[in-house]
Amino acid sequence: MHYSKLLPAIFITALLPIAASAADEETRWNTVLKPEFFAQQTLEESDKVITLEAPVRAEDPSLVPLKITSKIKQSQDHYIKNIRVFVDNNPYPFVGEFDFTPESGKADIAMRIRVNTNSPIRAIAQMNDGSLTMTKTFVKASGGCSAPIGTNSDDAMSRLGKMKFKMEGDVKVGEPNLVQLMISHPNVTGMQMDQVTRFVKKSHFVKQLKVSFNDKTILTAKTDIAISSDPNFRFYFVPEKAGVLTAEVTDTSCETPTDRTVCTKGNTYTESVNIQP
Amino acid sequence: MRILLLLTLFMVSAPTLAATALPVKEITDGIYVHVGKHQFPDSKNHGEIANLGFIVGQKCVAVIDSGGNPEQGLALKQAVSEATNTPICYVINTHVHPDHIYGNSAFKAPGVKFVGHHKLTAAMAARGTYYLAKAAEQLEVNMSAADLIAPDIEVKDSMKLDLGGRTLTLKAHATAHTDNDLSVYDEKTHTIWLADLLFTEHVPTLDGSLKGWLAEIAQLEQQSFRYVVPGHGDVVTDWPQSLQPQKHYLTLLQTEIRAAIKKGRHLEDAVKTVGYSEKNNWALFDDYHRKNVSTAFAELEWED
Ligand SMILES: [Zn+2]
Repeated sequence: MHYSKLLPAIFITALLPIAASAADEETRWNTVLKPEFFAQQTLEESDKVITLEAPVRAEDPSLVPLKITSKIKQSQDHYIKNIRVFVDNNPYPFVGEFDFTPESGKADIAMRIRVNTNSPIRAIAQMNDGSLTMTKTFVKASGGCSAPIGTNSDDAMSRLGKMKFKMEGDVKVGEPNLVQLMISHPNVTGMQMDQVTRFVKKSHFVKQLKVSFNDKTILTAKTDIAISSDPNFRFYFVPEKAGVLTAEVTDTSCETPTDRTVCTKGNTYTESVNIQP
Repeated sequence: MRILLLLTLFMVSAPTLAATALPVKEITDGIYVHVGKHQFPDSKNHGEIANLGFIVGQKCVAVIDSGGNPEQGLALKQAVSEATNTPICYVINTHVHPDHIYGNSAFKAPGVKFVGHHKLTAAMAARGTYYLAKAAEQLEVNMSAADLIAPDIEVKDSMKLDLGGRTLTLKAHATAHTDNDLSVYDEKTHTIWLADLLFTEHVPTLDGSLKGWLAEIAQLEQQSFRYVVPGHGDVVTDWPQSLQPQKHYLTLLQTEIRAAIKKGRHLEDAVKTVGYSEKNNWALFDDYHRKNVSTAFAELEWED
């Protein structure tokens, strides 16, 4: 008898109140996230300031490439101050906040994220004058055996804190240059299946990133567990002459995957590289 | 109210219903295999896609993988009771993937021990909540945490299980298909149950380590077996011949991804270009290939 198959609709409705149908795709944003992060603020929805690229389907939900491209050149009096990224239907929707400066050259940021289920992904850019622009896309969850948490975190753990900078092409003076920063960190989401396995494990993730060139800040980021294991970022900076590019990464450990009230201070890791145009 | 009544009715009646036996074939003396279909797990097949089976000794039966949902577990249990009167003592879980272990709860009974790799419990805990949500959403199977049964016996390196008149050797492998792959070797018939360490016809799915998997393959290739049971695909009798397509596929991924990384390509570019010469050689290539490239890329970019 198909006892476990006859009543799926009832169970889905009961167990997954947030499972999105097209009609209520915006519900979590409008009722929870917008009030929490942008209370009383006006967001203009457009692709005029930034665009957002992600695959239509998250074939690998643990590594979904996300690319934000800015349409504005960073200058002293007109620049993107920060970009905030959310995956509405993730257990912890806040992905990160990326703060830029005029020295960033171009406020582009590419990263890899975890996407747990069908969800809108949105990026909100704030200009230096305070105005907010939102762009969004929708990513469909994958099926099969894949999961947003890879099974192999031992490699990342054994290299914990190791970082690599990779320049994308020859370095040009006075122009925005693209650089990739690879951070080895398991970015553990934490787990609580104690009723099954008596297994409780804390989350352990990169919560802050600071990149500077010759001591001038280029990028500062606050990040959370939606960032994939071995966090990977691509961004721009403008070297006026030869110098040192430095990344400083700080992690933390919290009691559960979604609670941020009880966390312990982690470690800070740094990596520098000489840039020779 | 009607819904509640219906629910109660089904809940109560379910365990007492005699399931239809899962079709199995005795491939050699006392080794029974159900060969799954090459399908993507969905709401039509309810995750019933993997190879499952059991090995019968004089005192004990060991079930190897329990099914893609509790109901398939019951059907497998029925197949055991139709094949033999010998009791089930062990349910061996070859790894964490839902199509292999979602039938666990069907076998829970006094005297039945669940056996798995020493990293299986952690993998179940890490992914349990997610997999249960997916079972409802995508497989239309409702399960609870109680259906995910962690191993009672954990295999650290290797372990022998005496079934009476035949001894199984279980081996906990280093990270390969996943980080919790367990293989089962039956000395009596020179049969090895590799589960998802081997795919035939169905494209291999990588959820652990590409380099690790190639290393395990290299070792297994040196050994001789009369019968090899893959996790997906027909039983193999020409070892190591039937391993070659998988070995070729994984090696090609490694070669082409390393080349892409050297050229400064990004992960999102590599998933569109790497390995497509293999497209026509495998079932479900379009469903899993990009994920394989993505997992392998994230591993290989840390070389050097
Ligand atoms: Zn598998």
